[in-house]
Amino acid sequence: MTLDDLDGVDRRLLNRLQDGLPLVARPYAAVAEELGIAEGDLLNRLERLREGGILSRFGPMYHAERLGGGLTLAALAVPESDFERVSEAVNAFPEVAHNYRREHELNMWFVLATETPSRIKEVIEEVEEATGLPVYNMPKEEEFHVRLHLPV
Amino acid sequence: MSVSTCPSRPAEDSDLENRDAQQGDVRELDATDRAIVLATQAGLPLVPDPWGAVGREVGMSGEEVLERIQAMQACGVIRRVAAVPNHYRLGYVANGMTVWNVDDAHIERLGRQVAAIQSVSHCYRRPRHLPHWPYNLFAMLHGRSRDEVERQAEELRERLGDACRGHRILYSSRILKKTGLRLAAAPSNTQRRG
Repeated sequence: MTLDDLDGVDRRLLNRLQDGLPLVARPYAAVAEELGIAEGDLLNRLERLREGGILSRFGPMYHAERLGGGLTLAALAVPESDFERVSEAVNAFPEVAHNYRREHELNMWFVLATETPSRIKEVIEEVEEATGLPVYNMPKEEEFHVRLHLPV
Repeated sequence: MSVSTCPSRPAEDSDLENRDAQQGDVRELDATDRAIVLATQAGLPLVPDPWGAVGREVGMSGEEVLERIQAMQACGVIRRVAAVPNHYRLGYVANGMTVWNVDDAHIERLGRQVAAIQSVSHCYRRPRHLPHWPYNLFAMLHGRSRDEVERQAEELRERLGDACRGHRILYSSRILKKTGLRLAAAPSNTQRRG
């Protein structure tokens, strides 16, 4: 499913629901009324967008640290010849939530999410052991903004 | 630590999205809240009464689920209940992590200003790793082309002005893993080992 498969109502729905569902008894009916469509139509469309991969997910977005967990961004400078091996070694950690290849000497960037804050340091040591490379730990010192909104 | 607290954070906290929330109720997460987190972290049911559906799974009324989700959102444990689009499927194929070397004396003020720019989805202050990594302000940009991201970055550069001593745009060229955040089924005082 791609952007071309979306009609005007799908787009309005996507834009609207990136802003958040109202926390009321019948939330989908409330949004459907805003958009001037039936609740059943909205649910079908949302299902289709989720199944079709237009949405990565739909639901509560939890704040890891406020759930009592640890979270950090970390980077590695991986030699090109060793990239696949290191990638597998890093991805094998269940604590690695995301991992991206990026265009820079620091070419591997991953997010660690742990059950407790103290576990971050241990996992970083384990990643260094598994990869043989120094980890650049870049925990957030301050959060100025988190609000992904991609208009369609 | 067996429960995490809904933090009452200091006044200088700069989390824009949750600023209102800090004035709300302070609430500790109990076992019931955790059950709701576990039941909804993969997604909210797409049925007319999603709270009732979650309630049946965790053994409580839909009204109580809704109240608890409202309370968790009010104190910022839940940022919001929302649709998370797949960037690439929506045509946002250029995803740039912009990193900036900003004078520490001005980063508080400038970080807030940069964060307010529409194209910025996430904005954080992070530690430098000198001499290799002088950048202390991170801002994520998303565009339909690299040209678009570079125009957005130019707007940030202008906003930062003389306080900025250099920047880079690190485009993502491959997603190596994306499982997202997952709370383990075990309570939070149980540490998982590798």
